Order: sequence, then structure tokens, then C-alpha cells
Amino acid sequence: MKYVDEYRDRSLVEPLVAELAKSVSRPARIMEVCGTHTMAIFRSGVRSILPEGLEIVSGPGCPVCVTSASHMDAFIGMADLPNVRVSIFGDLFRVPGSRGSLANASSRGAKVDIVYSPVDALECAKQNPRDLVVFLGVGFETTTPGIAATILAAHREKVENFCVFSTQKVIPGPLEVLMQDPELKINGLLCPGHVSAIIGAGAYQPFVDNYGLACVVAGFEPADLLKGLIMLARQIGEGRPRVENIYPRAVSWEGNRRAMAMVDEIFEPVDMQWRGLGVLPQSGLAIRDKYATFDAQKRLAIAIPEAEEAKGCLCGQILKGQTIPTRCPLFDTRCTPGTPVGPCMVSSEGTCAAYHKYGRD
Amino acid sequence: MAEKTILLDHGSGGMASQELISTLFLKHLDNPILRGLEDSAVLENKAGRLAFTTDSYVVDPLFFPGGDIGKLAVHGTINDLAMRGAAPLCLSLALILEEGMALADLEKIIISISQASRQSGVPIVTGDTKVVPRGKADKVFINTSGIGIVPDGIDISSRHAKAGDAIILSGSMGDHGITIMTRRAGISLDGNLQSDTRPLHNLAARLLKKYPEAIHTFRDPTRGGVATSLNEIAANSGLSIIMEEQRLPVRAEVRAACEILGLEPLYLANEGKCLAVVDGAKADEIVALMRETPEAREAVVIGRVVDGKGGRVVINTPIGGSRVVTPLHGEPLPRIC
Repeated sequence: MKYVDEYRDRSLVEPLVAELAKSVSRPARIMEVCGTHTMAIFRSGVRSILPEGLEIVSGPGCPVCVTSASHMDAFIGMADLPNVRVSIFGDLFRVPGSRGSLANASSRGAKVDIVYSPVDALECAKQNPRDLVVFLGVGFETTTPGIAATILAAHREKVENFCVFSTQKVIPGPLEVLMQDPELKINGLLCPGHVSAIIGAGAYQPFVDNYGLACVVAGFEPADLLKGLIMLARQIGEGRPRVENIYPRAVSWEGNRRAMAMVDEIFEPVDMQWRGLGVLPQSGLAIRDKYATFDAQKRLAIAIPEAEEAKGCLCGQILKGQTIPTRCPLFDTRCTPGTPVGPCMVSSEGTCAAYHKYGRD
Repeated sequence: MAEKTILLDHGSGGMASQELISTLFLKHLDNPILRGLEDSAVLENKAGRLAFTTDSYVVDPLFFPGGDIGKLAVHGTINDLAMRGAAPLCLSLALILEEGMALADLEKIIISISQASRQSGVPIVTGDTKVVPRGKADKVFINTSGIGIVPDGIDISSRHAKAGDAIILSGSMGDHGITIMTRRAGISLDGNLQSDTRPLHNLAARLLKKYPEAIHTFRDPTRGGVATSLNEIAANSGLSIIMEEQRLPVRAEVRAACEILGLEPLYLANEGKCLAVVDGAKADEIVALMRETPEAREAVVIGRVVDGKGGRVVINTPIGGSRVVTPLHGEPLPRIC
């Protein structure tokens, strides 16, 4: 398969494994920001061949995982309303709030549809004119343009029974908050491939300038991951941090301007609550007043309830790279993919799910 | 004229039920035992061990590329018998119909069941139909049970895997699972995604006839996929399994769909594939024999059984790394990005 096979080919990958081992001249602690990277690093076996001196910690880049219990409770409360039909990406279905999940709501009779694109939710609205279809926006820059385009389409086509509950988030700002944590002690970022396709590799320059971090934007195939780690290890070894983009087949320096313009038309920055990180200024996206009819929170006058995160769950610290899943007392005891306590165990991109699925002895 | 649909009367046991039986079920499924319409089928008494299994089918959509719920209901139960080394003797067929189901759809399903049963040489010998009010079921649910005869000297079980055994997969992974998921999601992709549903009893019989000793375990990796079946084999035998990722057969279009949806072929359902755990010394011969059959032209050794922590399944990745393969937890859900 094009764009896949050539990056998994053994003859290409084997020399990279050897090169990686030689590239580590100084201890390197690298954060992989993106949940898809977390999963790919395990799945490809890269984690099992990391050379000594190279450590990888997972960051906050799984959108489902950073969704607060308060937001989950608000989603579930809304799904329980009569004549409301919520549309979600599959990852969100089993995520627990403080009292159950959307899966529980569905079993009570709430209408919960798993869709593959926000456009499917708009279609669902057209087919169910008596229901108000609410798409639950849980994602980063990768999914925001698709939601913006869908709202524009709904506006153009005058679909009145469609709206979006946006908890969309942005990556660079919160990442900067994390970097100010003196305990984190990382010296490089494996920058997210999909997010960067939208915001551009240039978005990481401040991390070089302000925090001296090595930054490499990489794709998700084994050769991408290995090459990314090699370049990070070299930058750190040479003491010459900079932004390098080894994913030019998807990512440019300036990003996808058309997509960003579309996002800017629909959304404005707001303070947003993150699980484990608290409320971070200007880290979320709300729908502008001009498109208020498509804003579920305004339309249904939804208040975000105060909810406590599950006791004992270390998702917050795991999202900040402060600890690893196997050190959580709930890991694989009370908290499993079948009975998740925290969101990091639910999403296929969650760090705990990755450790549970791939990382055990 | 209005489309003919299933009415509650069709399940009443009265005239409407009788009409459905004679004009639909007997018309397509007729055989000397079923024709009697007695309360139970009486089978000739065969000496020896019997295998007995049951399975219910609730697939949505009812019709999909490569098959339909009827074919699945026949093949699935036949395969459950075959995986214990049994020669399938007969099946039962029980239908739960939703009031309002199109009669034409039901007939299509019954014709498909009839074809699958005839082609497999396994008759339906007894049956039942119930109708529930609209909304209490989703068009049609099917249960089939099956009885098979286990030949003397054959004892196939997931507990019998031994260290040194080779693990053979009869063909590509995930075809059925991805076909259903993409249909359900209304996703259309280029290429020819279709279910692999097919009966495996002839394949199993042919292998067991030639290699009654060397074949230790059969398993059809249906829901939960190859990953889950191998975990069961490892757990039941108390041994470890090592797989080679590069050897896993996945069709290009299945892989493409999995890449898009964030799914792993290892966890997707198959309806016409089997895993065979066989004496390592005979593996090449057995693969060669399998490749002569229409069911297993692409059979390949995907891994081996080793001493080690019981129940553990590991996969070696193409880059020379490895990872643990756990069983499936819950439905596979597509990811966000």
C-alpha cells in the first residue's frame, strides 16, 4: 500500500534501528505529544528496541483522555434529554464521567450514534428531522477543520436541527504550560504529525526559542518514528535544538492555511478545562456568536457541572508525563479496557490503553 | 400492491404459521426428516462421540458483500463442529422475526440458507419461528444448533497445543469484520471488500484424514479475531505463542480500510478461516496440502507455540522489536484521528 509499505520495509528499517543506537550520545528524555504516536511506538515494537539513554514519555495528546469528567457528565446529561441525539467518534463511547458513560446512557435508551466524520452527524440530522442532533466535538486541530466545514455546510443548507457541543482544544499553548513544570525534565518533543498538518511545523519554533527543546515533526510508520528519534537524539547530543520536519509528505512549515481560516471563521479561543491539567487559558475553541444556532451549549443552555475525577486514578499525572501507567494502583486491577476508571484506559490512543494492550511483560 | 411483510399472525402457530412453513421453509429447505414437521427430528443412531454446538446470529446489515445472515448461520455452526474435528450431521434453525419485516427479505435469507445447507451437505432437520412486535427485535435473529460425529481416534482441542507446534492460518485476516464495519458505517472504499464466510468442514476432514496425529488444535477466529483465538489457545494449553507480524496475511483493501479507521486486522472477525496448531515437523506438508484446497489456498505458518509463561502471546514486529498481543476488550471502536 502506497505511503505505508515503503515506511515499514525491513531493508529500510533495519539500518535505522542500528543508526538510532549510535545516535544517542547524551541522555535524551523525549515526550511524544500525540496519542497516535504513543500507540504506534508500541505497536511497531519501537519501544522494545530503544537504546540505553533514550527515554520516551507520553504527553497530553489524546483528545478523549484530556476531556474532563465535568464535560463527560454534561455530554451524558444532554444525551439523556428527550429528542436529543448525540453523535460521537467511537473513542468517547465508554469514557466514564462521574456517574457512568455514554455507553450506560445508551443502554438506558439515550440516542447515541457512533460516526466516522462530523459530516455523518449532519446527514443523521437531515434523516431525523424530529431530533436535535448534537455532535460532541472532542479533539485537537486535526478534527477542528472538519467540524468547522460541517457547521458551514449546515449553515449553507439551513439544517436547523444540527449543532455542536465544542470542547475542541489546541495543542501548542497547553504544551507550553507543561514545559514550565520543573519536574518534567524533557529535552525533546516528538511533534504530532496530524496536528502539524494543520498548524504547520513552524508552530514549534517557540519551544526551541524559549525552552531549548529539540523538536521533530514525524509521521507514524516505523521508519518515520525511528528517523524522528534519531534526529532528536542527534539534536540533543549536539546541543543544537531546532525544528525539523521529516513528515513533509503531510506537513509544511506554515500549515494548512485554508483549514485554519475556516476554523477561525467558526471558532474563537476560550479558556478550557483539561483533565489532569485544570483550566488552561485560551486552550479551547468555542463557536462564535455569529454561528450561535450551531452551538449546543447556547442552544440547550447547558451548564457544565462540577464533577470529581475518579479517586486513585493517575490519568492527570500520566497526561503530564509525570508518571507511567504501570505505577498507577488502579492499572490492570480496577481499571482495565473493559472496565475503565480513567479516560487514558478507554481511548485506543490513551497511554494506559497502550500500556495495557502492548506494554506488559 | 403493498409489500408483503411479516405479521404477528405468522408466529401464532395457526394457519398463517402453517402457510409460512409450507410456502417458504419447506419449499426451500425440504428433506425427508424436516418434511415430517414433527415436534423433534429423530436421527439414526450412530455409535461413537457426538459434537453438539449452538450459535445465534444478529448481524446488521442482513445482506453484505460476500454473504448474508443466512449463510453465516449455516457456516458458523458447521465451522464450530468442524473445529472439534467433527463431521457435521445436521442443523436446527430457529428464527425470531420482527413484525413488519419484508417477506421478500426473509425469502432471500431462506434461499441463502438452503443453498448453504445443500452446498455443505448438512441438512436442516428441525426448526422454529416466532414473531415479536415491531421494535422488539431487529428484523430477524437466527439461531442454529448443530450435531456432528467425531471420528474414532480424533481429539482436537485448544488444550492440546504443544511446545514446538506451528500455527497455521488458512488465509487472509479481517475480511468479514471490516466488510461489516464499513457497511454499517456507510463507508464506501475502492476495492473489493467482502466477507469470507464459508464452511470449513471439508478442509478439516481432509486434513484430519491424512494427519490425524499431527493436528492438535483447530480454531475459527470469528469475533475477537486471530489475536483473541490465539490468546485462548495459549491460555488453555498453558503455553506461550510467538507470532511473526510480517507473515500475517492481510488483503490490501482490508489493510487500507483498517488504516483509515484505526483498526487492527488481528482483532477483526473472520467467518471462513481457521487456525491450525500442528506438529512443527509436519507443518510444511500440512500447509502444502491446505493450499490444494479451495478453502485455504493462502495458508501460511504465522507463528509457533513455545514453553514459557502460560497464556502469553507475543508478536515480533518487522523492525525487530516485539510486543504483547492481548485478547480483544469490548467492541473495536474506530479512533478519532
